[in-house]
Amino acid sequence: MHFEELLAGDGRVEPRDEMPDAYRRTLVRQIAQHAHSEIIGMQPEGNWISRAPSLRRKAILMAKVQDEAGHGLYLYAAAETLGVDRADLLDQLHGGRQKYSSIFNYPTLTWADVGAIGWLVDGAAIVNQVPLCRCSYGPYARAMVRICKEESFHQRQGFEILHTLAHGAPAQKAMAQDAVDRYWWPSLMMFGPPDDDSTHSAQSMAWGIKRFSNDDLRQRFVDMTVPQAEVLGLTLPDPEIRWNDERGHYDFGAVDFTELFEVIKGNGPCNRERMAHRVAAHEDGAWVREAAAAYSAKRAEAAA
Amino acid sequence: MNAWPLWEVFVRSRRGLSHVHVGSLHAPDAELALRNARDVYTRRQEGVSLWVVPSSSIVASDPGERDAFFDPAEDKVYRHPTFYDVPEGVEHL
Ligand SMILES: [Fe+2]
Ligand SMILES: [Fe+2]
Repeated sequence: MHFEELLAGDGRVEPRDEMPDAYRRTLVRQIAQHAHSEIIGMQPEGNWISRAPSLRRKAILMAKVQDEAGHGLYLYAAAETLGVDRADLLDQLHGGRQKYSSIFNYPTLTWADVGAIGWLVDGAAIVNQVPLCRCSYGPYARAMVRICKEESFHQRQGFEILHTLAHGAPAQKAMAQDAVDRYWWPSLMMFGPPDDDSTHSAQSMAWGIKRFSNDDLRQRFVDMTVPQAEVLGLTLPDPEIRWNDERGHYDFGAVDFTELFEVIKGNGPCNRERMAHRVAAHEDGAWVREAAAAYSAKRAEAAA
Repeated sequence: MNAWPLWEVFVRSRRGLSHVHVGSLHAPDAELALRNARDVYTRRQEGVSLWVVPSSSIVASDPGERDAFFDPAEDKVYRHPTFYDVPEGVEHL
């Protein structure tokens, strides 16, 4: 079936189908950026594994960070169905030619940040990712189905951490509030620039890669998060949040997108640290990859 | 004795779904394996795409080692969302 016909009928494009070059390039860029985000995203939370406050919390956090590594692998595999090579995508990340989500350029200063990340950052990621399960490119859509299934525990464990802190001692509650204060606005930025300034959006919508606009998804996130914050007993750092009966949505204040663009440019609090850590991990791991290759070559030789 | 190699057959029932293993067959080469798979496994339009893979290329886990192999996941109940108590009335979590 022809590409345009497929899209018109809300069909799925599969790897062997013909597709326009621009569609392929857009998918590679988006899936690679998504994969890189999962991998870099292990760092802020990984920072707290050795200092988790209990064995239970530590086991949960390890399981979550391990899931994120898995998400990166599902996504690199989906990108490879488009004819690119994972090693090459990693090179592009390490050389700064491909990006990852800006949210991971913020530091995790306290244990409560791990809670805020699970609740807000994974929460926002879920809102972004659920529609991608119906993306027009089959392998990406199927990877997203797997990922979305795994995300829900991520968000719940974060909520639980904050709920525990918010109902603990005053210092614990203050720590939870501080984490939410710092992570709220960057989480709203995860949905990207406003619709009017979003360069790729219209084309991605036409291709069925994107199903809802940045602003619609941001609104959806605010609408589900405000009542959850009330249950936590924490405030969101935006005095303009209030229910708008007419719209049937919560109103909220304007997001400062100059901050988002600065972080994308490389000027966030942790950009350099995240990249340096990633590149070092890759280089320090070279001997493992070499040893594995040498071992399998030796075994093949012995079998021959 | 069958001198033709064995092939594992995977069918994609419709666009958007992944290929699923449906069975195997013998064929002398890949091309005939594909044709035969079409005739054996998709006579009633069961699929829109077929894969055949030489069975000898498939590495399987050892059934005898099953417990030891899969045990590590058994005590990690916290990987499931149902492990967490969600306060009453909280939605979309
Ligand atoms: Fe993830
Ligand atoms: Fe996650």
